[in-house]
Amino acid sequence: MITAERKPMEEIIACVKPYQRILLIGCNECVTVCAAGGRKEVGMLSSALQMAFMQAGKTLEIKELTLERQCDPEYIEELVGYIDHVDAVLSMACGCGVQEIARRFKDKHVYPAVNTKFMGASERQGMWAERCQGCGDCVLGITGGICPIARCSKRLLNGPCGGSGNGKCEISPDVDCAWQLIWDRLKALGMEDRYEEIMEAKDWRTSRDGGPRRIIREDLA
Amino acid sequence: MKKEFEPVIVAFCCHYCAYTAADMAGSMRLSYPPNVKIIRVPCTGKVDAIHIMRALQKGADGVYVAGCLEGDCHFKNGNIKAARRVKYVKQILDEIGIGRDRLEMITMSAGMGGRFAQTATEFTDKIRALGPNPTKRASIDELQEATG
Repeated sequence: MITAERKPMEEIIACVKPYQRILLIGCNECVTVCAAGGRKEVGMLSSALQMAFMQAGKTLEIKELTLERQCDPEYIEELVGYIDHVDAVLSMACGCGVQEIARRFKDKHVYPAVNTKFMGASERQGMWAERCQGCGDCVLGITGGICPIARCSKRLLNGPCGGSGNGKCEISPDVDCAWQLIWDRLKALGMEDRYEEIMEAKDWRTSRDGGPRRIIREDLA
Repeated sequence: MKKEFEPVIVAFCCHYCAYTAADMAGSMRLSYPPNVKIIRVPCTGKVDAIHIMRALQKGADGVYVAGCLEGDCHFKNGNIKAARRVKYVKQILDEIGIGRDRLEMITMSAGMGGRFAQTATEFTDKIRALGPNPTKRASIDELQEATG
């Protein structure tokens, strides 16, 4: 999922300060799962913002809404009935959602309430870790199901480097060495020969180096 | 004559411990401040962060969550979860200028009638000293200005 974290209250308050009526929109997808911008978080932020305004003797009218998804125009369309009654929109979705709202309602001020972080998985309740960088050319089949692009600090294709010690990365004792994990898993699977194969330099044009990416499915488009 | 500030305290009390302890305090003829408005919950694990926020937003001057002693939760770990949520809400309260001191997590057993009365009194005194919830202060100031 795409993970996110709520922005500091100070920053959010500064964004909405000039307005009297705002639309606070959550998203039912990734940000709900990572507890950053779902219905519950919308309620919490709404309450916190209203209290912050009340302290200053002001009132902030907030319409709370949580869309099924903010990255699809079909769902954004649900805002049509509300948008004219507010001065600004505060979105708790990832950057994709915020941009889709801004694209649909061109004359409306739109602000993000979360910082979008990474594509990750839940390691345990309340903890998420990076797993994929969307490089556009997946190597997981060669590396035993562990991604060296997302999980090696240096994105090494032929690791480990000298900074690997006791299975940990030199950047932090909390970070596993991805190449240690890869080796351990290949060994456990009896696929050590895979490790011997030298991976050639990656063509990063499929990643961000090729500029903003787009997928077109002719059968669906 | 200026009326002395009397805080409104909302206490989310677990049915299996603090609520029974409040009952026990009554049986023991122990008095505690009438400022404390008890909301009985089946377990403090049922108390969501939003319940605490809404209580403060709607005018409570202080909120506390009273659950079972560590290891005694009827539902295994509801009190531990409640303590984590209280810590999380405290951070938010600091961020928006309400202040973390207006919220507390308290633990006790069902037999601790004395502790219930004592913590209710102590918390009420603390909130009385802190003064009204800052969300109300603006409207109080306005009222005082208007009435001189």
